[in-house]
Amino acid sequence: MSNRAFLAVIGALAVIALLAFGVFKAEPSLAVGEAPPDAPLPRLDGSGDAAIADFAGSWVLVNFWASWCGPCESESPDIQSLLEDRADDGLVVFGINSRDATDSARAFEQELGLTWEMVRDGDGKRMDEYGIPGLPESFLVDPEGRLAAICRGPLTLRQLNAVVGPFLDGARPAAAGVPPFCEV
Amino acid sequence: MRAVRILAATLALTVLMPATAIAQQAPPSLPDIEDEVMCPTCGFSLALSESPQANQIRDLIRQLIDEGLTKEQIKDALVVEYGPEVLASPETSGFDLAAWVVPGLAILIAGAALTIGVRRWRSAAGGGPGVPSRLEPEPGDDERLAADLDRYRL
Repeated sequence: MSNRAFLAVIGALAVIALLAFGVFKAEPSLAVGEAPPDAPLPRLDGSGDAAIADFAGSWVLVNFWASWCGPCESESPDIQSLLEDRADDGLVVFGINSRDATDSARAFEQELGLTWEMVRDGDGKRMDEYGIPGLPESFLVDPEGRLAAICRGPLTLRQLNAVVGPFLDGARPAAAGVPPFCEV
Repeated sequence: MRAVRILAATLALTVLMPATAIAQQAPPSLPDIEDEVMCPTCGFSLALSESPQANQIRDLIRQLIDEGLTKEQIKDALVVEYGPEVLASPETSGFDLAAWVVPGLAILIAGAALTIGVRRWRSAAGGGPGVPSRLEPEPGDDERLAADLDRYRL
């Protein structure tokens, strides 16, 4: 093989490798039983940082949301209701505000009367670590810090009770009540 | 002649300087910023996106323009809110670095190939050792030319 042909083959292989890297680059994904990414994030109100690990020993419902997200607006009051109903049973809600403007997010929080822990993920890096393509998504973390449920879509109060409620009662959710976009 | 040049230069400065000053003082506009900003969720330029997040970013830009911020200050504020991915230019690390490096490399390689090609062509055309020049007549050309002229003579 001449030098010119050798260089052409090497060049073609480099282009193919670059394209393959772009196509097959592994997207992060989480599974039930794994520990979720949990580096501390700044609180939405600016009062220091918070992490899921701060609530070790409780059931933590991690909810990714943004003020521009219509389904989040429908879902958030239901999460607030669930929290008010089940806080005494050890439920904590940990909201992660992603790819949003701070002022809009705080206005959203106040308008809907949301009282749970809120942190900011402005650049969406935490969303990417969780492999989240769209909002909202919710993750239930058990008292040992492992994922017990993953729901990749908005939840109604009925669905929240069907997925989260049994865990708080020391049981497992009935398959019939779990939405198809949830993994438990 | 010198006086004419000085007069022309003075006129040019008189005309251009206020325009430059106006351009520096003019407040930024939404279309001016939109094409340099991305909608991080949808991955398109803000100018092309109608997603809810894009609309929110547009509202924020309008608000910052009203507050009197310059274009660079507005872009800095967007980076604070949404991270560096909100700017249309790719990142300078990781895989995105290729977007900066590859065009430069391509230009260098194309330039080198062009230089080598031109040198080879010139050496071939200039009649290097053992290569007959194309500009000089070959033996027998004079006779062929005379014969052709005779054939077309009316």
